[in-house]
Amino acid sequence: MTTIASPASPYVPTRGRLARVLARNGAGYLFLLPWFIGFLGLTAGPALASLYLSFTDFDLLTSPRWIGAANYVRIATADPRFIASMQVTFVYVLLSVPLKLAFALLVAMALNRGMKGLPWYRAIFYLPSLLGTSVAIAVLWRQLFAGNGLVNSFLANFGIEGPSWISNPNYSLYTLVVLSVWQFGSPMIIFLAGLRQIPQDMYEAASLDGASKWRQFWKITLPLLTPVVFFNAVVQTIEAFKAFTPAFIISGGTGGPINSTLFYTLYLYQEAFGFFRMGYASALAWILLVIVALFTAFSFLTARYWVHYDD
Amino acid sequence: MTDIAVTDDVRPNETVGLEKRRAWVSVLLHVLLIGASILMLYPLLWMLSASFRPEEEIFSATSLIPSSVSLEAYPRGWFGLRVDFGTFFWNSFVISILSVIGNVLACSLAAFAFARLKFWGRNFWFAIMLGTLMLPYHVTLIPQYVLFLNLGWVGTMLPLVVPKFLAADAFFIFLMVQFFRGIPRELDEAAMMDGCSAWRIYWRIMLPLSLPVLATAAIFTFIWTWDDFFGPLIYLTDMRTYTVQLGLRSFVDSTGLSDWSGLFAMSMLSLVPVFFFFLFFQRLLIEGIATTGIKR
Repeated sequence: MTTIASPASPYVPTRGRLARVLARNGAGYLFLLPWFIGFLGLTAGPALASLYLSFTDFDLLTSPRWIGAANYVRIATADPRFIASMQVTFVYVLLSVPLKLAFALLVAMALNRGMKGLPWYRAIFYLPSLLGTSVAIAVLWRQLFAGNGLVNSFLANFGIEGPSWISNPNYSLYTLVVLSVWQFGSPMIIFLAGLRQIPQDMYEAASLDGASKWRQFWKITLPLLTPVVFFNAVVQTIEAFKAFTPAFIISGGTGGPINSTLFYTLYLYQEAFGFFRMGYASALAWILLVIVALFTAFSFLTARYWVHYDD
Repeated sequence: MTDIAVTDDVRPNETVGLEKRRAWVSVLLHVLLIGASILMLYPLLWMLSASFRPEEEIFSATSLIPSSVSLEAYPRGWFGLRVDFGTFFWNSFVISILSVIGNVLACSLAAFAFARLKFWGRNFWFAIMLGTLMLPYHVTLIPQYVLFLNLGWVGTMLPLVVPKFLAADAFFIFLMVQFFRGIPRELDEAAMMDGCSAWRIYWRIMLPLSLPVLATAAIFTFIWTWDDFFGPLIYLTDMRTYTVQLGLRSFVDSTGLSDWSGLFAMSMLSLVPVFFFFLFFQRLLIEGIATTGIKR
């Protein structure tokens, strides 16, 4: 009956330094191991490798040949398709993101009045954004905006002869903007959640003071919602920069007609997996990274001037 | 006295007027919203009806009701390529299910470490993990391709599935960390006192208490993997390994858009699994978006 040697004794026997460090940290790193391997092998390692590749000429068959900044010089000075893809991507981002967010906010505000049937409306408006990136929807869009597609059949009822939207370089990009705006569902749900957070008594106090609905929107709703607007804007912009599938399907992978749907990601794909210019495509990828990083930094820096945090 | 009587008379009228106006606004709003709903759903419903239509009607009809219903387009589309769509659906299904398992396992392991375990450098790695969320995939694309090429994995589903088992979708780690932090600490502290190992706490306490977030992660992983086009486009080379999305692409290319109803029929079928999740797990999806800001 010696209780001293009981194994339940709280005293940890003296162990080596390494053993103690392991005991304290081991479990954490073990649980983190899969992520760790992935982070090193699939994210950090490849990101650095692609930075290196961007300074090389590399076609997958022969080993990369160092050519200094030649890829970047060519992109900046002698690549009309780069310029075209930049223009297309920026027009797409600058049009589709604000329009999508405006629709999302408008519908969210209409739904936030304690409407009957809210779950139904919310579900219907959300469905396109859930289905949105699949090939089936791009296929559908290709038909809708074809010369003899649904949109033109509809317009014909009013005696209007619509152009062939998809194959006309003046319009093709805008059909993709419409496709993006059609998917306003998920920012709408985030706006709805944000609107719920605004205390009702603020509106009551404001209307007692005689503030019109319009004024209430600009003075209460919008300022209090700016954190959500900010979040949605950043997420949707990054997503818009990455858009690929609809442009690929609608243009048959070419980015045509006349480069009018040559999204940046599509151009990068063509360079990498069409022409196997892996070094050049890596340089394109790093330029995209810098653009997205600059954009994000810009949003966060300007946020303090227009995003309202109540603290 | 008379003053009071007057106000008593006026008040009810005013509220009745206000209520009437409210009712009108509400009716108007419903009309607008129903109109918008129809506009939103029209393309989808039209595609559904087009898949049942005679081919020559597709490019003239704007209505939703076909003049005659025929199921012909479905078998024609299904066997329209060298490899039938059954194979594509099976491939998509296998890749999506494996991705779900990988994502849920690997992300919850990492999330448990970040949310509950103490170890040196935890905050540092957490910040790094959040940083990877911002990284556009383009930057890792080419070296990853070279890596998988050297491993001999290009042409198989491994490049699409293995990264999921390494928690490459860091977004879900973040999602789960948020949820784990909401579970009362007393539970695992008590278990720790009783001598439970970290693994048992993870497996027996955290996971069973986290079913909503695990389900949300599983459903979004399934839908995103199912819809993924870019990954399969790059890594799958043999038609027998194609996913549904690639199958649809080949259909567009090979029939040269001559068989629209077959294409629409297969397109509709490709949306069925996503639509299924939408119907039965809508609340989970919507709550997931509302609380964490999932992008789509």
